[in-house]
Amino acid sequence: MADRTVKLSIFRGDPGGGDMVTYEVPTQEGMVVLDAVLWVQSHRAPDLAVRWNCKAAKCGSCSAEIDGFPRLMCKSPIDEYGDEISVRPMHTFPLIRDLVTDVSWNYEVNKRIQPFTPSEADLADPQPWRMQQEDVDRVIEFRKCIECFLCQDVCHVLRSHGQKDAFFGPRFMIRIASLEMHPKDAADRRPLLRGEAGVGMCNITKCCTEVCPEHIHITDNGIIPMKERMADLYFDPLRFVAGKLMRGRE
Amino acid sequence: MANEPYDTVDTDVLVIGAGGAGQRAAIAAAEAGCQVLVVCKSLLGKAHTVMAEGGMAAALANVAGADTWEVHFQDTMKGGKLINNWRMAHIHATEAPERVLELERWGAVFDRTREGYIHQRPFGAHTYPRLAHIGDRTGLEIIRSLQDHLVHMPNIEVHMETTVSSLLTWEGRAVGALAYRRVDGALVVYRAKAVLLATGGAGRIYRVTSNSWECTGDGVALAYHAGAQLQDCEMVQFHPTGMVWPPGVRGILVTEGVRGEGGILRNSRGERFMVNYDPERMDLSSRDVVARAINAEVEAGRGSPHGGAFLDISHKSPEYIRRKLPSMYEQFLKLAKVDITKEPMEVAPTIHYFMGGVRVGAEDGATTVPGLFAAGEVASGLHGANRLGGNSLSDLLVFGKRAGDAAAVFAQDHAGPVKIDRAQVERAIEELLGPLHRPDGESPFALEEELRDVCTEYAPLIRDREGLEKGLERTLELAERAARCSAGGPTGRAFNPGWHTAQDLRNMLVSAEALFRCALERKESRGAHARRDYPDLDPKLEAVNMVAQKSEGGMACFPVEREPIPDELRAIIDKKFPRFELEEGS
Ligand SMILES: Cc1cc2nc3c(=O)[nH]c(=O)nc-3n(C[C@H](O)[C@H](O)[C@H](O)COP(=O)(O)OP(=O)(O)OC[C@H]3O[C@@H](n4cnc5c(N)ncnc54)[C@H](O)[C@@H]3O)c2cc1C
Ligand code: SF4
Ligand code: SF4
Ligand code: FES
Repeated sequence: MADRTVKLSIFRGDPGGGDMVTYEVPTQEGMVVLDAVLWVQSHRAPDLAVRWNCKAAKCGSCSAEIDGFPRLMCKSPIDEYGDEISVRPMHTFPLIRDLVTDVSWNYEVNKRIQPFTPSEADLADPQPWRMQQEDVDRVIEFRKCIECFLCQDVCHVLRSHGQKDAFFGPRFMIRIASLEMHPKDAADRRPLLRGEAGVGMCNITKCCTEVCPEHIHITDNGIIPMKERMADLYFDPLRFVAGKLMRGRE
Repeated sequence: MANEPYDTVDTDVLVIGAGGAGQRAAIAAAEAGCQVLVVCKSLLGKAHTVMAEGGMAAALANVAGADTWEVHFQDTMKGGKLINNWRMAHIHATEAPERVLELERWGAVFDRTREGYIHQRPFGAHTYPRLAHIGDRTGLEIIRSLQDHLVHMPNIEVHMETTVSSLLTWEGRAVGALAYRRVDGALVVYRAKAVLLATGGAGRIYRVTSNSWECTGDGVALAYHAGAQLQDCEMVQFHPTGMVWPPGVRGILVTEGVRGEGGILRNSRGERFMVNYDPERMDLSSRDVVARAINAEVEAGRGSPHGGAFLDISHKSPEYIRRKLPSMYEQFLKLAKVDITKEPMEVAPTIHYFMGGVRVGAEDGATTVPGLFAAGEVASGLHGANRLGGNSLSDLLVFGKRAGDAAAVFAQDHAGPVKIDRAQVERAIEELLGPLHRPDGESPFALEEELRDVCTEYAPLIRDREGLEKGLERTLELAERAARCSAGGPTGRAFNPGWHTAQDLRNMLVSAEALFRCALERKESRGAHARRDYPDLDPKLEAVNMVAQKSEGGMACFPVEREPIPDELRAIIDKKFPRFELEEGS
């Protein structure tokens, strides 16, 4: 690829208002959108606000809407885009400045979920715990979540309808799933799911799954099994969910 | 600038940093009954620790039944070329298993053996398979498990996106810190009965690094200015395998797990060159040896097209690779357009870890400043001249807990009201806001780039006196220019990266200066520190660590002798343990 110049339009502004500002950025092979934004920061606009940490798609800090699509900036190679690229902050969360939004609501939601709770018997067991790989495999998928909140950004319940008081959002549906399906967890979060967490608000559009950079099957493997588990309490819940999961994988 | 407003916040224990070490320390201090406040530069759960891939070393003996703390101790000491704090290496080897099992009881999920126990993967210079792991995202698992445990403890509060710019002292004791909030630029004075540093390393003083932006050596600078001693700052680890191509991704880590799972290094002629450098341990030799081997192959004209070596795992089945190394598979496919199940990767050394840092007591993480504790990568001692892979994550838990416990005891022993020196606060504020009030100074971004060039050029894998002297001179000159730099652009304080970078720069300069001074002082080649002008190990220097400290005339650097190792521990280092043969596919 010959090195070229791209026109990068970045939202600049604060809660009082703002505009798209266009910068010409020289590119290099293998460059990602985050590199281009940081080039602007160090060469054109030292006060350009942006969050990032790892530049390796591992921390989930650099979420933004690139050409209208929610993505990690550090996992979006420039050569997948045309000569003009637009970068905006996530829409669902209150703006702080430029590309930075206030995601603190997510941290508050997390505190309302009962943490990992082993049974009394397991707690009292002095021996190291034993678990089978196929049992931990079920939760491993959910534990890959890097909390980029892109799924929260795209979910229409939060994005278009602003119903943050009625639904915890897809990220926390899979957080709950990861606890409920943990082989050593003994708590029952069904009342939470049905009540405060609002699993009923989700109408399975699967937009969240589409944007997840960790390719977590948020709807198929997380939300749908939990919805069914809510709907039919006659099944032994753990085995039922596990069975669903195995079928989901096939 | 006098009378600049600030909030004052009181707590028992102030923990600076929310990586693995900071979070584990906070939990320990809170369990001891203290009120704990954690501050961190980014959002909770985003600390550099999330990037750790390969695993956490602990002699659980789940895969190799012969593994014991003694073997782990020996591996750590040999890897560190015997300048480790032997007491720390002893504590670490004995306590790591408990800390791993405890994390599992807080909800962490690890890969399992056939019997259902925590699986352990082989790693460079560990005699036995020893790294507890989950695929190749072990750091994320640790951070998330600690975080979810911590947010439900009522006596821990977290102030995210808050950066500490100076420590505050009263009659020589650490009593708090000055910080700014990124979101609005507001200033905060923390008053605390004990202060604990868990700020991580300083990888960003180099151009090519695997480290996240936060790794600017803040803790080292904060401790130094508060009067604490630093140690072993010449010991900087190059990880042998970073990505090389394309240029946009240079430096991103390729986990040692690739070699642990059977990956093989080759030069441009297709030769397994490690046979010439370490015929016994081959690709799983210690990091310093593998990094220098790749460097030597490149210098001899046998490098890969972009100046590295080939790392190949494609002889394993695609399913195996995708299951054991999912993020490596994804990383190469997405960022380099290379399918590692079919083709080799191109790799070269990248700056990875700082063995040096703040000098601490082995038992309690106490620095040489009363009331100031340190744990994790910011502290020094456990790893000596070279850290073994996997020993950092266990370090964070073992010494995070110990430092947290000790800080709690110190806070409880000093329960009286904390006094703050107003003049000291005023001076710290003036220094912090300086870059916003100098519209015409140089750009901190440009100065940072220059510093990276200086460290990269003058403190490379193989060093010499001439280069190190030049590097030191350039660093001191940059420090003068940095003291006059400007945040640039509009001077608002809300989320202003130009201003933040000016702070980072000030800290990075301390790590760079300590690196050059300690490297000049250590006139031998040992572990990560290789000198062209002193190519051999000097047995006399085994007894000392290089210590740096603030003095009248600037930074002083001098050797300090370690307490001699007791005979029974010495005997363990010389013991022979049976080798382990790995079963295919286990
Ligand atoms: C890509 C990669 C892979 C790795 N893989 C492994 C592995 O497999 N096994 C292993 O053992 N080790 C591994 N390591 C090394 C290991 O991850 C680190 O050494 C370790 O995570 C450091 O943890 P820490 O808690 O000391 O600090 P960090 O995780 O670096 O956290 C530092 C914290 O301090 C905060 N902070 C810093 N400065 C300030 C300030 N001025 N004010 C307020 N807060 C501040 C930061 O915000 C952050 O929260 C790896 C490293 C990298 C880069
Ligand atoms: S599937 Fe449910 S959670 Fe996901 S985006 Fe659609 S409504 Fe939201
Ligand atoms: S589930 Fe996926 S999209 Fe949602 S926060 Fe986690 S990693 Fe991001
Ligand atoms: S910077 Fe960490 S995910 Fe992009």
